[in-house]
Amino acid sequence: MTTATASPNPSYSETIFASLFEVDEGKRIQTCLQCGTCSGVCPFGYLMAFPPHRMIAALRADMYEKIPASDSVWMCVSCYACTQVCPAKIPITQGLMTRTKEETLLAGNIPTELQSALENSQRYGNPLGESPRKRADWASGLEPQVTLMAKEKRPVDILWFVGDYPSYHPRVQIATRSLAKVLNALGVDFGILGPEENSDGDSQRLAGERGLFEMLAEKNGKVFRKYQFNEILTSDPHAYNAFKNEYPTLGISYPVHHYTQFLVERLDQLKPLLKQEVNVKATYHDPCYLGRANGIYDEPRALLEAIPGVELVEMSHNHSYSLCCGGGGGGMWLDGFQWEKSHVRLSEWRVREAVATGADTLVVACPYETPRFEDAAKMVQGAGQLHVKDIVELLADSLGD
Amino acid sequence: MNILVLIKLVPDLVEELTIDAGGTTLDMTWLRLIINELDDHAIEEAILLKERGEASVTIVAPDVEGVDDVLFTAAAKGADRLIKLTGNFTEQVNNHALARAFTSIIKDLNPDLVLTGVQAHDDLDGSVGPLVAGYMGMPYVGYVSRISLSSETATVHKEYPGGVIAVMEVKLPTVMGIQAAEQPPRYVAVSKVRQAMKTATIEERTVDELDLSGGVTVSRMFQPEISERATMIEGDEEQVSARLIEIFREAGVL
Amino acid sequence: MNQDIFVVIEHLRGQVSDISYIMLAAARALAQSQGGRVLGILLGHNAQGLAKNLAADQVLYLDHPSLADFTSDAYQRALASLITEQAPRAVFFGNTSIGADLASFLSAHLELPLLHACHSVTSEGKLISQICGGKIMTESDLANTMTLVTMIPGGFKSEEGQSEKPPEVTSMTTPALENLRVTLKEYIEPEVGDVDISKEPILIAVGRGIQNQDNIELAEGLAKALDGVVCASRPVVDQGWLPSTRLVGKSGKKVKPEIYLTLGISGAPEHIEGIVDSKLIIAINTDPSAPIFDVAQYGVEIDLFDLVEALTEKVGQAKG
Repeated sequence: MTTATASPNPSYSETIFASLFEVDEGKRIQTCLQCGTCSGVCPFGYLMAFPPHRMIAALRADMYEKIPASDSVWMCVSCYACTQVCPAKIPITQGLMTRTKEETLLAGNIPTELQSALENSQRYGNPLGESPRKRADWASGLEPQVTLMAKEKRPVDILWFVGDYPSYHPRVQIATRSLAKVLNALGVDFGILGPEENSDGDSQRLAGERGLFEMLAEKNGKVFRKYQFNEILTSDPHAYNAFKNEYPTLGISYPVHHYTQFLVERLDQLKPLLKQEVNVKATYHDPCYLGRANGIYDEPRALLEAIPGVELVEMSHNHSYSLCCGGGGGGMWLDGFQWEKSHVRLSEWRVREAVATGADTLVVACPYETPRFEDAAKMVQGAGQLHVKDIVELLADSLGD
Repeated sequence: MNILVLIKLVPDLVEELTIDAGGTTLDMTWLRLIINELDDHAIEEAILLKERGEASVTIVAPDVEGVDDVLFTAAAKGADRLIKLTGNFTEQVNNHALARAFTSIIKDLNPDLVLTGVQAHDDLDGSVGPLVAGYMGMPYVGYVSRISLSSETATVHKEYPGGVIAVMEVKLPTVMGIQAAEQPPRYVAVSKVRQAMKTATIEERTVDELDLSGGVTVSRMFQPEISERATMIEGDEEQVSARLIEIFREAGVL
Repeated sequence: MNQDIFVVIEHLRGQVSDISYIMLAAARALAQSQGGRVLGILLGHNAQGLAKNLAADQVLYLDHPSLADFTSDAYQRALASLITEQAPRAVFFGNTSIGADLASFLSAHLELPLLHACHSVTSEGKLISQICGGKIMTESDLANTMTLVTMIPGGFKSEEGQSEKPPEVTSMTTPALENLRVTLKEYIEPEVGDVDISKEPILIAVGRGIQNQDNIELAEGLAKALDGVVCASRPVVDQGWLPSTRLVGKSGKKVKPEIYLTLGISGAPEHIEGIVDSKLIIAINTDPSAPIFDVAQYGVEIDLFDLVEALTEKVGQAKG
């Protein structure tokens, strides 16, 4: 049994085991009870040759090498469900799953779609393979004009880190423009980086590309240092997670808020402006990286409750038990691979839950979710009329013109 | 077995292309240069051959913006030697000039096999592979998708349309134009490339003069008109079908 | 140097390829503007019959057992000697697995200028090339010396290079072809498995608008008439109506056909990602606001169920 690198010639399993101690609370892996709750709650656990608890068993049995040789780990969407239920409080997602993806990638075992997303991130600073020069195109034509830091070269109060999908994906750009509208209505002094912005890199990190993450963080860090601002604002929970929990370990540290936190802080100012009724029966999906990963559950709901006309109902899995949309940890770029194995989509499960509540609108707060759930709604029986909206789109609607 | 891979960098079509003020060539100011995709396949095929038998792989590239990254990535994949040709490559150099520059390395290194992508999207004066073969008097087979080597010959799969393959036997040394490696170019983790930057070295060879003769003078370079939206074809199914038949004919598929 | 335009005729296993006729049409356009005759250059063994419908003023035929099937070494040598001896104004090669093995090699070997990717010839005899994925066009004249040209399809139709009246065929002396370094061992037929849609030039793509599995037959009928293959967007594959090998898009294949004709596809970004390299996209969708119309060159708003049968029939008639 392996518990530490006491041996002079550590085996592969021993080396991996020891490296897992470096993660915050990583040593807890030694107290795994093999209860199997992690694998049971994992949305794709039933399809993995090595779900989390079996990975730990393999490490202890000095058989870890079987794991990067299998493609099992690519079913993991880094949703934190395992981490959240583990009675021994082992940081499974952050430690074991991420590390295993790193090893699997180094072993050359990587689905093509993920490979493209990683190569695009390297070359273009975004996984979609879009030209960096077009990163601020979403803002063209907006009045008042969005401040581009490189152009205006002045200090701002808020640096709005827009993110990959909010910048480039046509559906998500709508939410981005909605946020601009809300920020302007509140008179917030903000600026964006546009072409100077690179992907936050968090999903790439969780997909096993630590080197790529560090490279992107370095680039962003350099750009941040050029400008003066008081805090970073983002609509992307993955970017929020990166700036709050990961970038500081690389010496890049700024106060950061997700837009839901930011707007709730200003609710007194915002609420009177929400004049239009937005008559929806809404159900809110807790994004994994806002909810389970960072404990933000109340602020999004507070915003929804402030919108006149919105009736809020909860899905059966909510708050920390929320079901993942399937986009994290590389999941955005593993659809083909995961579909082949499972013939189900996590986003479709979630849409089914939304339909069951009787809601007409599924409300989200993460840029991965709008396209994923809209796609899923096309496929789920009874979801033909279900709308998918980011909270900020409803806020923008409620502001009127 | 000594394998030489000749690569070049080409304009990335993800970025907008513009014509320069002179009107006969591309404006290089905003161009991003990336490895020619089929040259990446040539590197992959070379590495596969190395993994199967005793071979050493040398990559040769002209010194243009971004080439170091490309060479270190090849080293991270397993290339043994990296050579950069320095000279006046910042101007738009045509394939004849590049091919002539490559011949000096080939004469020096005397490889058994020279691989390169069968073509590149910016080729206007032919392709590097067969030009090099012509200058060197070496045999050339293009559209290759599989290679197996023996000490004196190579047996290759040459692709024809419709999935037909011609199996050819070629005497070494030979040049080959790769259409597709036997597996898609492998992924290399950024951490491995960064490691290669520390451990691998790029040798430099100067090319004194670039002889650009061999192309045909371009009197005008232009961009085709791009409409923002589809041209809608009106009418009932008979009229629309008739128009579509015309379009198919114009496109050469009928 | 005379004013003749040579066209290197390509044939594979007894069939003259389309590009040969296209080149003859281009050569005719060039000859018309600057004078000279169009000569087909046919290399083979007992292959004179292949010349019968070439629209050329004359065909120069070189016969040798080593020329029976294309191999680069033998063809390069035979052509090098012929071109040097005849000194034509220009020589056309296809940008194909045959022509591309020859043109650049001869350009270097004979020190003759080469223009690549020629798409069309204008009435003034200017050569138009198309590069960078079709985004850039160039215009050139022939050089002052003998000029080699590689040709891509699209500017001329194959029929324009065909003739009812067989041309005069002249047998030429073939140089000795010994110590050839490239030899053909055998041909391998494509595997009877599923097609690789990323290599297909004509694709008929079905989306949710096809509504059910049975209707896919309609698409198959059209595909067959056009010698194309059916592919699909995600909802169709998810339903199991077509195998995942036919999936086009972000999580499927990236395709680069000459023609991509869509039936009932809305054009979600994830699908568009797979088709950006298509030469020509034609979209059939009853929804005028469907994003597919932003990337298609041509659009049709009528119901695909009305259109496809009519179109399939017309294609069949056109092919005769």
